Amino acid sequence: MRFIFKTSYAQDIRLAKHGGHVFWYGLLAVGLLLAPWLLDEYWLAQLTFVLIYAIAGLGLMLLAGFTGQFSLGHAAFLGVGAYTQAILTNAGWPFPLAMLCAAVLAAAVGVVVGLPALRVKGIYLGIATLAFGFIVEEVLARWESLTGGNAGLMAGAPAMFGWTIDSSAGFYAICLITAVLATLGTLNLLRTPTGRAFIAIRDSEISAQSMGIHLARYKTLAFALSAALAGLAGALYAHKLQFLSPDQFNILQSIDLLLLVVIGGLGSVHGAFLGAIFLIAMPQLIALGKDYLPEAIGQAPGLQAVVYGAVLIAFVLFEPMGLYGRWLKIRTWLQLFPFYRQGMFKRQKSFQKSDRLK
Amino acid sequence: MQFVQLVISGVALGCIYGLIALGFVLIYKATETVNFAQGELMMLGAFCGLAGSTLLGFPFWVSVLGTLAAMALFGVLTERLVIRPILGQPAFSIVMLTIGIGYVARGAITMIPTIGTETHTLPVPYKDQVWRLGELVLSAEQVVVIGVTAVLCALLYAMFRFTRLGIAMQAASQNQLAAYYMGIPVKRLNGLVWGLAALVAAIAGLLLAPITFVYANMGFIGLKAFPAAVVGGFGSLPGAIVGGLIIGVVESLAGFYLPEGFKDTAAYIVVLVMLMVKPNGLFGEKLRKKV
Repeated sequence: MRFIFKTSYAQDIRLAKHGGHVFWYGLLAVGLLLAPWLLDEYWLAQLTFVLIYAIAGLGLMLLAGFTGQFSLGHAAFLGVGAYTQAILTNAGWPFPLAMLCAAVLAAAVGVVVGLPALRVKGIYLGIATLAFGFIVEEVLARWESLTGGNAGLMAGAPAMFGWTIDSSAGFYAICLITAVLATLGTLNLLRTPTGRAFIAIRDSEISAQSMGIHLARYKTLAFALSAALAGLAGALYAHKLQFLSPDQFNILQSIDLLLLVVIGGLGSVHGAFLGAIFLIAMPQLIALGKDYLPEAIGQAPGLQAVVYGAVLIAFVLFEPMGLYGRWLKIRTWLQLFPFYRQGMFKRQKSFQKSDRLK
Repeated sequence: MQFVQLVISGVALGCIYGLIALGFVLIYKATETVNFAQGELMMLGAFCGLAGSTLLGFPFWVSVLGTLAAMALFGVLTERLVIRPILGQPAFSIVMLTIGIGYVARGAITMIPTIGTETHTLPVPYKDQVWRLGELVLSAEQVVVIGVTAVLCALLYAMFRFTRLGIAMQAASQNQLAAYYMGIPVKRLNGLVWGLAALVAAIAGLLLAPITFVYANMGFIGLKAFPAAVVGGFGSLPGAIVGGLIIGVVESLAGFYLPEGFKDTAAYIVVLVMLMVKPNGLFGEKLRKKV
């Protein structure tokens, strides 16, 4: 068991709390840097996808996990980012500039969606974002002169001033850099007054408002930042898939992103990454497990949906803090061994709180 | 005349939306959770009816009654097994849970060999019958949808107005704690509300089946019922039906008079406008939280 004796505020908000953090995250960083040499092409591609989904997950985590506004249309921001990136790079823009534009445009769209969020709460907000997601999908399908409609749009490899990055290792490096910057940015945001305001809004809007937090401004900001991260992920997604069609950004994609943050663990930055690993690894695990199941079950097309749904139900019922919550329990068990008690992380039974009178 | 024709087909579709929205509202009023699996409940109902009348070979009415009983039981069991243990948790968890239920239901139906991946037609006695009223052409399916919805609404109204059960449900939906203190078994009531919602969904499924087809993804129509529930005001039962009718008629008219693409998004545009203009919906109660 480690006890940290904090003597200054700077120590309290430091990102790496102690030597253990520095060591393990250093090791992780080294592992990720060496990944192109350690992994073969296929697994490197999967790792790239994990990073892309983690960036989008960070965005949704910021909104759902830290600000408490939940969005059922996040795939729309992903789509806006992806199409912006594809169109701009096809027009010959250097890719970092295009990525910036993708993020900014997605953020602008996020502000537009955030506007109803100022008036509606909870489930109404969910439905507003859902409706918005459908409208964006339809616009992507119908604005054929710009997006190619349902026929799809090709996106090339990332290129800049005549220098094209077409190796998978090079693209992995871009994703890694973006993911690291996004993570550091999010972590830093969460220890600034803005991030604290987000968390205050999540915990209680009324008390946040009483403390002088401008709800409208911070909610809009949360939407904008969240959408910007999703747009950034979308930009990378466009280069990764090299082919975009509107149905990649439908309601199922939005639900996948929600699945990611819930299974990863709402309200933790780790959760975005754990959830992304889950989302990418799950189809692989199902494919591996298929061979051991009887033919009728293993080869059925609905297997993946059943497993996803069952895992989601199991997590909500038994581990509402997600994978990260499970890890916290394991870590505490190890730290306290042999003194861990059953009820340490017991969920508090609360009265059913009424949402309706808000 | 064409306008009237469009309105009638919109009303028929709107009745389906309204019935699904009714399920949302019933569950929302009772347990303050939003059931994203309502569309999937409808899909299960349609498949149940299909299994009854084709696989098992029951007469139509027997399979309808069997479906209703089976789905009501399914609703009660779902509430007991997965919803009740996490009541009191944040609404978000329960929403995710119902999304999970929807996934499982859709996947499980798809997994049934040879049946799940196909589209089927539900054999009904009134299939393909057409009535002519002057220039107006009424298909029997649409008339049945409208008629059954009207009867169901009357029955539900009578239940909530005159029976002990209905009044207890109203009381529990207004204030659970107070209802509990008055000796109303709130938990059991919540189970019954889920059963009732599943029953209404099954009716919607059986009514929709002859108009479209029966297939695993038909539950996605539930996503159009959300706008219906919101337009009517999420906490209001008559609002759900009215909202459904509005969405159905708007969609039908938009499909004809507006350019392509507006048909599928009309419902969502209406709901966004509604949320900006009148966030509580047409019949929603306006309540403020006092600290």
